Amino acid sequence: MNQTKKIYGGSLDWVTVFIWFTLCIIGWFNIRAAVFDPAHASLVSLSTNYGKQFIYIVTCLLVAGAIMIIDGKFYNYVSPILYGITLILLVVVLIVGRNVGGNQAWIPIGTFRLQPSEFAKLGSCLLLARYLSSHSNKTPNFKTLILGAQILLVPIVLILLQPDTGSALTFFALALVFYREGYLSGQFLAFSLICIILFILTLLFSQWYIIGVLAILCAIGAYLFKRSRKALPSAIILFVASSLFVLSVDFAYEHILQSHQRNRIDVILGKIDDPRGQGYNLNQSKIAIGSGQLFGKGYLQGTQTKYNFVPEQSTDFIFCTVGEEWGFVGSMFVVLLYLGLLLRITQIAERQRSAFARIYGYGVACIFFFHFFINIGMTVGIVPVIGIPLPFLSYGGSSLLSFTMLLFILLKFDANRKGVV
Amino acid sequence: MNSFFERKYIIQGIFIAAALLLALRLFYLQIVDDSYLLSANNNVLRKVVVYPARGVILDRTGKILVQNEPVYDLMVTPREVKPFDTLALCELIGIDKEGFDKRFQKAVGFSPYRASIFEKQLSSQTYARLQEMLYQFRGFYVQNRTVRSYPDSVAAQFLGYINEVTEKDIERSNNFYRPGDYIGVSGVERAYEELLRGQRGVQNLMVDAFNRPKGHFMDGKYDTLAVAGEGLVSSLDLEMQKLAEKFMKNKRGSVVAIEPSTGEILAFVSTPSYDPNMMVGRERGNNYMKLLNDPNKPMFIRPIQAQYPPGSVFKVVSALVSQQAGMIEEHTRYNCPGGYSYGGGRGFMRCTHVHGTIDLPAAIQGSCNTYFGHVYARMLDQRKMKAAQAYGLWREAIMKFGIAQDLGVDLPNEKKGLLPTANFYTKRYGNDKWGSGFNISNSIGQGEVEITTLQMANIMAIVANRGFYYRPHLIKSIGEKKIVKPEFIEKLPVGVEQRYFEPVIEGMSRVVKYNANIRIPGIEMCGKTGTAQNPHGKHHSVFFAFAPRVNPKIAIAVFVENVGYGATYAAPIASMMVEKYLKDTISMSKAVQDRVLKESNLIVPEPPKEPVKETITMVKKTKSAEDNVTYISHSQRAILERWD
Ligand SMILES: [Zn+2]
Repeated sequence: MNQTKKIYGGSLDWVTVFIWFTLCIIGWFNIRAAVFDPAHASLVSLSTNYGKQFIYIVTCLLVAGAIMIIDGKFYNYVSPILYGITLILLVVVLIVGRNVGGNQAWIPIGTFRLQPSEFAKLGSCLLLARYLSSHSNKTPNFKTLILGAQILLVPIVLILLQPDTGSALTFFALALVFYREGYLSGQFLAFSLICIILFILTLLFSQWYIIGVLAILCAIGAYLFKRSRKALPSAIILFVASSLFVLSVDFAYEHILQSHQRNRIDVILGKIDDPRGQGYNLNQSKIAIGSGQLFGKGYLQGTQTKYNFVPEQSTDFIFCTVGEEWGFVGSMFVVLLYLGLLLRITQIAERQRSAFARIYGYGVACIFFFHFFINIGMTVGIVPVIGIPLPFLSYGGSSLLSFTMLLFILLKFDANRKGVV
Repeated sequence: MNSFFERKYIIQGIFIAAALLLALRLFYLQIVDDSYLLSANNNVLRKVVVYPARGVILDRTGKILVQNEPVYDLMVTPREVKPFDTLALCELIGIDKEGFDKRFQKAVGFSPYRASIFEKQLSSQTYARLQEMLYQFRGFYVQNRTVRSYPDSVAAQFLGYINEVTEKDIERSNNFYRPGDYIGVSGVERAYEELLRGQRGVQNLMVDAFNRPKGHFMDGKYDTLAVAGEGLVSSLDLEMQKLAEKFMKNKRGSVVAIEPSTGEILAFVSTPSYDPNMMVGRERGNNYMKLLNDPNKPMFIRPIQAQYPPGSVFKVVSALVSQQAGMIEEHTRYNCPGGYSYGGGRGFMRCTHVHGTIDLPAAIQGSCNTYFGHVYARMLDQRKMKAAQAYGLWREAIMKFGIAQDLGVDLPNEKKGLLPTANFYTKRYGNDKWGSGFNISNSIGQGEVEITTLQMANIMAIVANRGFYYRPHLIKSIGEKKIVKPEFIEKLPVGVEQRYFEPVIEGMSRVVKYNANIRIPGIEMCGKTGTAQNPHGKHHSVFFAFAPRVNPKIAIAVFVENVGYGATYAAPIASMMVEKYLKDTISMSKAVQDRVLKESNLIVPEPPKEPVKETITMVKKTKSAEDNVTYISHSQRAILERWD
């Protein structure tokens, strides 16, 4: 782990910086394509999204530079304050926030719209790292897990009040951090996965069929392990638990989810086939990406995004422009860049000496992963439509800035990891 | 680094699996499934049909007979319609809510996914107002096309009209036409449909999600240009046409004038007529029904569809074919005691006068029934063969003049006229032992013989040319290259030598020379008046002529129904037209002109259709027991020709 070059009291991970910058530039070009209008073709104009995004990117460069200058220890110390500030902002946004698209998500500051939920990720991530690292010498215990989870729960509740389900769900991705630190077991992850599968199956098929199949599976299991005395009771418990889960999912789906959320899920599951109604966004998104084929239509040649068939084409659905104009080749390039970034971040996290930096690194990876997978998954129709941005590509100052800060704070830790953080 | 170090592989594994899942999905969407490209094109591409301008039709001097005027059709694609302010749209195009629903249902019935016409032929003003608001009405767009316009409102029956295609038209055309297209239904519009219609173009426009046009797909690579229909130059002379229509106003009948040296029709009048502009625009449907139910049948193309007994023009033809057959010559004389007796004195065909002994020119001049009775008898009875066979030869020679056959004029639905075959008489009399006495009325162009005004005018062209004609036609040349159809420059001889024409022409020349009313100063016109006796009302007035005698420029036939003697209307009209054409002036006395122009309505309603009554046209002189032959015509319109 000593292969990185020493740069001025530490070493900067240029691979990550390069990926970050590439993604920002790809984002900028695609935002330009998404709203391109030959009548106003100037490259930098503050009246256009890509003009503003250019300013944001420049700002991010400055902020990144500033982060590198500030002492790494600073972030550990200020994390409770930062967390506190973001919580206050989350409360403020509920009071003075601009209501956009049903969500009370933005605080207007001049022409800039501050989105506190984006910064809440950073604050929560830092505080969680600080809290878990302070217990890193002990064996992971349940109490620490609960207290750590509470750090996340507060912003989740505040964000849900906006209500911005997409951003709130992001925090659940941090479950992987608890897993990495040993607070959650592999069985727990597998159990979660089974729950998700059962959840989807329940929505697709009648719950009684599923319970029937579960009964058969448990019976087979009990028979296979009939030598073990525990086999029968565990099979029965497993069966009862999963049956209850299935029934409660069905109940939650029918009675707790709001109708628009139900519709979004139904569209994904193919239960509703209405390309003009509920499925419109998803359908147009798939059309845009699918029509790109192998090499895409060429830069600025896309029609679906440019002509407004795809909604939110420069924010949540920016990947449609990539898919349409750059085709499978371009899409895969972007997917691989993200995968490269995620693997690089885990690698960076693992090579940190301090638990704080490592835990923070995994937090960053989890947040990026969730955004990357849910956003692209949504545009290609394997995940319900959840409005969260694609890191560095989507238009928007708040998200770009908060993602950049998330990443560069980690890079700062990495740059002087030989010192004690 | 702590004890859970190896869990990094699980986490990285999850990242890789997720990326792999996305990659597979992308592969499916972008590479495997082609349907998305199609959907994308459906999203943005609007095929807009560009309708070609229909060919313009000019008269022989380059004046416009038919041109195009832009109109705008409001189109709708029901599936693309989003809720909007229906009332605003209704107000804009001037319909009510009920009308809106009806139209919309109709469009849905046609196809929810394909555009169909919502409202036809909006004016440019409505279009201008609508265009500004159109963005509010998703699923609607405007398509412009042109309609016909007739600046001088003349020659309705020649020009015909166009109409929306029917299911059958579409089927017949192998789907060349599409619903909402227009097709020529009658007149020149139908005859020259393939040339006039031009070629549709297609524009592949890209539209945005709000259906606003954003430019051409692939910079217009797949667009095709509309090719305008070929322009046609008609043989009609607009001034002559207008003049003839003015003269024929309030009368029933027809006028055809032909340039003998080319067969080009100079005037083609059918009255009662209508304004061709009635067959255009939003009122078209109502107007059409009005015209259809009009008892005067304005859509009947009289010059080629009304069939009359030819009367004295037939004597001209008879004189020509009999000379060619060697049965008479210029100086052959017959005595006219006031009629022609035949069948051994059992039958008698009256002449209008007692002409005494006359030669051929005098017989033509006097239109002597007796003389032509004798000529017919010679042609049938004295040719050393059975009369039926001789009749066959006679008929063949007559038919060369274009009688009882299509002349091949470039208009649809031309009628042939009638000249019965020998078999017809053999059947009627039970055997072939009949002779000229059995159908002597044929000799003077009555009985079973029928002819159209066009054929009559064409016979005049043949006489003017001394033995040949060109197919009479209404379109002089096609397109910018001035193409002339080959069948119109084919010289058609009628099988009578030039020298036999002179006696006939001399007779016709005298007719005009001795009639002060129709004589044209400085021009030797050759013509003949006919008055067709109409047993149901006033006589029909007929005149046919050509002029000048040497190097003729115009042949004309005028037929005015139910107005009395030929000299009253038909002759002065023909005379004035010829003078106008040749000298560009009219010297006819004011009194006559006024009479022709200002006479109040001369249209007598056509007699109601009764069961055909047999009308005796021949007078039986004696009734004998063995004479079981009745000389009757089966035609209700049977008439008796007389010279006035
Ligand atoms: Zn006589």
